[in-house]
Amino acid sequence: MNTNPNRRYADITGRALLYAALGIMAIYYLLPLALMIVTSFRSMDEIRMGQLIDWPTQLNLDAWRIAWSEAQIGARSERGLQPYFINSMLITLPAVAISTLIGAVNGYVLSFWRFRGSNLFFGLLLFGCFLPFQAILLPHANVLGRMGISGSITGLIFTHVVYGLAFTTLFFRNYYVTLPGELIKAAQLDGAGFWRIFWRIILPLSTPILTVCVIWQFTQVWNDFLFGVTFSDPSSQPVTVGLNNLVNSSTGERRYNVDMAGAIIAALPTLLVYVIAGKYFVRGLTAGSVKG
Amino acid sequence: MSESKTADLTSVAMTPRRNSRMGDTLAYWMPKLVLSPTLIIVLVFFYGFILWTGYLSFTNSRMLPSYDFVGWANYVRLFNNERWFVSLRNLAVYSVLFIVICLAIGLSLAILLDQKIRAEGALRTIYLYPMALSFIVTGTVWKWMLNPQVGIEQFVRSLGWETFRFDWLVDPNFSIYTIVVAAVWQSSGFVMALFLAGLRGVDDSIIKAAQIDGASRFMIYTRIIIPSLRPVFFSAFVMLAHIAIKSFDLALALTGGGPGVSSDLPAIFMYQMSFTRNQMGLGAASAMIMLLTVVAILVPYLYSELRTKKHEH
Repeated sequence: MNTNPNRRYADITGRALLYAALGIMAIYYLLPLALMIVTSFRSMDEIRMGQLIDWPTQLNLDAWRIAWSEAQIGARSERGLQPYFINSMLITLPAVAISTLIGAVNGYVLSFWRFRGSNLFFGLLLFGCFLPFQAILLPHANVLGRMGISGSITGLIFTHVVYGLAFTTLFFRNYYVTLPGELIKAAQLDGAGFWRIFWRIILPLSTPILTVCVIWQFTQVWNDFLFGVTFSDPSSQPVTVGLNNLVNSSTGERRYNVDMAGAIIAALPTLLVYVIAGKYFVRGLTAGSVKG
Repeated sequence: MSESKTADLTSVAMTPRRNSRMGDTLAYWMPKLVLSPTLIIVLVFFYGFILWTGYLSFTNSRMLPSYDFVGWANYVRLFNNERWFVSLRNLAVYSVLFIVICLAIGLSLAILLDQKIRAEGALRTIYLYPMALSFIVTGTVWKWMLNPQVGIEQFVRSLGWETFRFDWLVDPNFSIYTIVVAAVWQSSGFVMALFLAGLRGVDDSIIKAAQIDGASRFMIYTRIIIPSLRPVFFSAFVMLAHIAIKSFDLALALTGGGPGVSSDLPAIFMYQMSFTRNQMGLGAASAMIMLLTVVAILVPYLYSELRTKKHEH
């Protein structure tokens, strides 16, 4: 394009600098993860003698075994992160399913079956997206106790459903208002009712937003710490609480390889989801701010 | 608009087949019935609980809720509490730095990525993945890297720079900055994604016109593109401020509020007063202050969002 060699030279240097800057930033984001993975495969002897950044001389799986099933965490009789990981699964899967389903139905009503006051209701609900949970922790603990589900997995599922609804409803409502209203008018002419239209017409059209919502909720619930630490007892603590206890409570010498293996175990499910469906993850993140 | 829509929906529903009266009534109430559990949740678990927390903040509740009214006493105690002031000051320092740095990195990365980069998809994935991690995981990793004995400080020293110091984690004057470092690492990629979406939405024809007029690329960015991203700045600011005020897990995992209380934050203060120190009234008062802070940031945001929406119609 450019015949002037100086100009062309400047362009090439500019591109090189650009890629260098982007590359350096990529290293900045990747380095902690890389160090985590490498360190989890090193033995404690190597870590003691060696450096922060160093290759393992051999692939040592001790740290993983200890973090998963042998480390003494707090005063629990069961060892390792395994029971915490299972708790997180037991909490996350139902909480995601229930909050997504309710959110879908809510969004359906708020888009196609509006009634006097439904917009006000949506506005009231939206505030829940920004609610600092500190403002509801104390009463919620009290009510969980009265419902007889305090400190239980059920209580945590219930909590995540209640405080996840604002986002799930927002996702579906914002998606459904972009669908044409004629769609359900035509179905009504054919005599289809409220639920039939939802199951047969609306839900089959919802795959993209279902994916966004499920991924968002999965990440939120899995990564939650505040509810997990406040509303659980030792038998129902999620993996984030388990990891924090593992890192902070073990006595004696710090075992960084075990800490890092534990951190990867806690991060693995959400990382996997991100790698597999990153596009939808980003869409969920930006849905709340840039209108889409 | 909404009412007219409902009206023609029901009329359509009634015309084709006149079912039993009960069917019509059910059809009429069904949407409301379906929303009612969520309505109850919103009224009780959102707003009711906020009022309840507000009420607790005016009582002398300690380990258990008590309903003895003590007026503003908890708020007076709160603002005479030195630790609360430390946590407020920390929140101010942390959120300003966190927001400014995240916006700067996010915008720069987005602009760099917008230059028709070859591996854009892969780079975007790399920049954003920390957002998928739990703050506890981030805290665990950075706690280890920032530990002077085994982390970055020791590494740089072993390379030959013997006097290198990077011991913020154990220095009460600097511990709050370690939270900034880790939080920026986790969230700046997210801001990049917001800005990149905004950049892709800028009208090409304006840029082309400016190019024809001989504007340099720098001018086009500073005079046209960046000013047009104002709404993105605004929503990114609100999201980041919201993350900062709620910060609890990261600080707990990284510094635990220490050394001492040097990196304490309101969220940690609230949690400890309410659940481990048996100062429920004080904890409730601090929670109300946190809520008011969020509301103070949110109201102008929602106001402007609603106003622009009205303009669009």
